[in-house]
Amino acid sequence: MGPQFFYTIEVILNGLMAGVMYALVALGFVLIFKSSGIFNYAQGVMALFAAQTLVGIQTGLVPFSHLINAVFGTDLHHFGWEIPSVLAILATTLVMIGFAWLVVRLVLKPLAGQEPIILFMATIGLAYFMEGFGDLMWGSDIKKLDVGLPQGGNIGIEESTSFLGGEEFYGFYIDNLDIWAAVIATLLVVALVVFSQYTKVGRALRAVADDHQAALSVGINLETIWVIIWSVAGFVALVAGIMWGAKLGVQFSLSLIALKALPVLMLGGFTSIPGAIVGGLIIGVGEKLFEFSIGPLIGGATENWFAYVLALVFLVFRPQGLFGEKIIERV
Amino acid sequence: MKKLLTMATVAVLGASPVLADLVFPSLSYRTGPYAANGIPFADGYADYFTLLNERDGGIGGQPVRLIECETGYNTEKGVECYESTKGEGSLVYQPLSTGITYQLIPKASADGIPVHSMGYGRTSAANGKVFEWIFNYPANYWNGASHAINHILDVNGGDVSGKKVALVYHNSAYGKEPIRTLEELSAKHGYDLTLLPVDHPGQEQKSQWLQIRREKPDYVIMWGWGVMNQVAIQEAANIRFPMENFIGIWWSASENDVLPAGDGADGYKALAMNNTGSSFPIYEDLNKYVVDAGKAAGAGDQLGTVLYNRGLYAAMLAAEAAKKAQEIHGVGDITPAQMRDGMEALEITAASMEALGLPDFGPEFAVSCANHGGPGLGAVQQWDASAEKWELISEFGPSDADVINKLIEEDSAAYAAENNITPRDCN
Repeated sequence: MGPQFFYTIEVILNGLMAGVMYALVALGFVLIFKSSGIFNYAQGVMALFAAQTLVGIQTGLVPFSHLINAVFGTDLHHFGWEIPSVLAILATTLVMIGFAWLVVRLVLKPLAGQEPIILFMATIGLAYFMEGFGDLMWGSDIKKLDVGLPQGGNIGIEESTSFLGGEEFYGFYIDNLDIWAAVIATLLVVALVVFSQYTKVGRALRAVADDHQAALSVGINLETIWVIIWSVAGFVALVAGIMWGAKLGVQFSLSLIALKALPVLMLGGFTSIPGAIVGGLIIGVGEKLFEFSIGPLIGGATENWFAYVLALVFLVFRPQGLFGEKIIERV
Repeated sequence: MKKLLTMATVAVLGASPVLADLVFPSLSYRTGPYAANGIPFADGYADYFTLLNERDGGIGGQPVRLIECETGYNTEKGVECYESTKGEGSLVYQPLSTGITYQLIPKASADGIPVHSMGYGRTSAANGKVFEWIFNYPANYWNGASHAINHILDVNGGDVSGKKVALVYHNSAYGKEPIRTLEELSAKHGYDLTLLPVDHPGQEQKSQWLQIRREKPDYVIMWGWGVMNQVAIQEAANIRFPMENFIGIWWSASENDVLPAGDGADGYKALAMNNTGSSFPIYEDLNKYVVDAGKAAGAGDQLGTVLYNRGLYAAMLAAEAAKKAQEIHGVGDITPAQMRDGMEALEITAASMEALGLPDFGPEFAVSCANHGGPGLGAVQQWDASAEKWELISEFGPSDADVINKLIEEDSAAYAAENNITPRDCN
C-alpha cells in the first residue's frame, strides 16, 4: 500500500481527534438541554469565561484591575503569586458553581414556566453579558494557558509507524494534546454516565429531564437540580476551555468554538451524551476526509460548511439526530 | 443683570483667540474577537496625539481632538462611525479594517475626506490618479507579498527556482489579496506556489498543516488575522516546521500571535512596516507627558508592543501630513481637503524621523499626486521567544515594482471604468 493510503488513515485519525474536541463543547449543550429543554447559547462563552478565570487565578491576576485602576488611580495587575494548576482548576470549578447558582437565581428562576424560546433568548443575553464581564474582569489580551498538557506531534507514534508507507510517508502525526483530549473526554463521559445512572442526584436529574411536573410532584427541588446541571455544564465548559485554550490561547475566539458544536448536536441529537461523542467523531472524520479528498478540487476551506451539510443530511433521515429522542406530539 | 451677564459672555468669547481643534477620528475596536489587536493600536494612536497636545500644544499651535468610535471590527459599525463623526470636521479616517475601508472609499471620496489605510484596504488605491482621496502608504498588501518573496530570495542567494512556497491565508478578500502577486512572482522566479485557505475564524487548521507536513514546502507565507495566527503558529510548531521559514504578513506579527505558542514560536518571521520595541527617544516624552501624567489611553500597558508602535506610527504620519498641510496653505485650522494636500505632499526622511524622536522607526518615503502608496518599502522582523521580543532583522527594502505597478495599474483602471472615474492628470 502506498503512502496515500496511510495518509488517508492519518486524516481519519486526526478527524477522530478533532471530533473529540468538538464533542467536548457539545457535551455542555446536551447536559443543559436534556435536563431543562434550554438551548444554552452561552455555552461557548462559558468555556471562555472558565478558561479566563483559570488563567487569572493560576497566574495571580487581580480581577477587574483595569476598572479599579481607572477609578482609584492605582496600578494593580498581579497579586504576585502563582497557583498550581490543580488548585487553580478546583478554584475555577468553585467559581463556575457560583456562576451556575447566580444564573439560576437571577435568570432561570424568574423565567420558570416561560416558553423555551424565552429562555433561549435569556441565554443569548447571558452570553453577551458574560463576554463583556469576562473581559472586564480579566482583560481582553490573549493569555497563554499552561496546565502542563503536552503539545506537538507524538514522536513515538510518528517514528514507530514511519516504515509503513515507504520513503514518502513520515509516520502518523497525532498531536499529544489531542491524545490527552481523547483520554479526558472518555473519563468525562464515563463520570457523567456513572453520575446520572448510579447516584441519587443523577436519578433526580433524569427524572427532571423526563417530566418536570412529575419530578416536582415527588419532591424534587427543581432549583437545586438546575444549579447542579449548570454547575456540571460549567465544569464541562472548563474542560473544553482548557483543551481549546491550550490550543488557541485564551482569547475571545474561544467563545466561537460553539459554532463547531452545532453540527455535532444536529447530528448526535440534543439529548444524548453518547450522541455528542459519536456525532463529534462523525463530523470530525467527515470534514477532514472531505477536505483531504475533495477540498483541493474545489479550492479548499470546506470544513466549516461541510460539517453543516453532513449534519443536514443526517437531519433529513433522522430529525431527532442519531441518538435523540423521537418526540411525537399528538393533537 | 441677565442682560449684563450675556453681554459679558459675548465680550469674553469675542476677545478669545479662535482655536479650532484639529479633529482626528479613531475608528477603534476595543471589544469583540479582535480586541486584543485593536487595543494596542488605538492606544498608540491616541497617546501620540495626547503627547502632541501636552508637549507642543497640538499641531502648529492647533490643539488636536481625537474622537474615538468603537467599530468592534464590524463593517456596518465602522460605516456608522464614519457617518456620525464626519460632520465634526474629521480630517482623515484610518478605518483599521479592509472591509470598512472598501465601504468608505466611495463615501469619503464623495464627501471629500481623505482615508489612510496603512498596509491594508484596497491595494490599487496606491494609484492617486484614480483614488484622489485614498492613501495607503507606506506599503500595501502586494508590496508585502513581494517583501516575503524578496526575503526568501535573499536567504537563497537570489535563486528560488524549484522551491516550494505555500500560502496559508484567511479565506476572505483580505486573505486572497496576495495571491495574484505571488502567482506573478512565481512565474517570474520559478517557485511552486500552493494555496491553503483557512476558513474564518481559523481555530481548526489541522487539515492545512497535515498537508504542509505531507508536501513539505520550503517556505510558508501566512496572511492571517486574529485567532488564525495563533493557531497557525502553534500548528507549525507542532509539526516541527522550521519557524525561520515561516513568514507572516504584518498583521500576523504581534506579540499576541506568538506568545501563546511559547518556545515553539521561536524564530518565526513576519513583515514589518515600522520598527519594534520602545528604545526610541520619543518614549521618554511619552512616559513624561502621557503615562506619568496619567493621560495614557486604555490601561497604559501596551507601550512598546508591535501594534502600539503601529498606532503611534499611523498617528505620526497623520500629524506630519497635517503639518505639511498647514505649511502649504499657511493656516493652522486646516480642512479635510487641505489635509489631503498635505498627505499628497508628505515626505518622511531619516532626518524628520530623527527630529521626532523616532530614528529609523519606518522607511523613508514620499507621496505624490500619482503615487499614494509610496515606494512600498518593508522589513522583516523575527521573534525571539526566550527574550519575548521582536527584532528587526533587515533594512526597509523595496518590493518588485515591475510586477506590482502593473497590477496596480490594471486594478485601478478596472475600478475607474466601473465607477466612471476619469483619472486625474498628475503631470
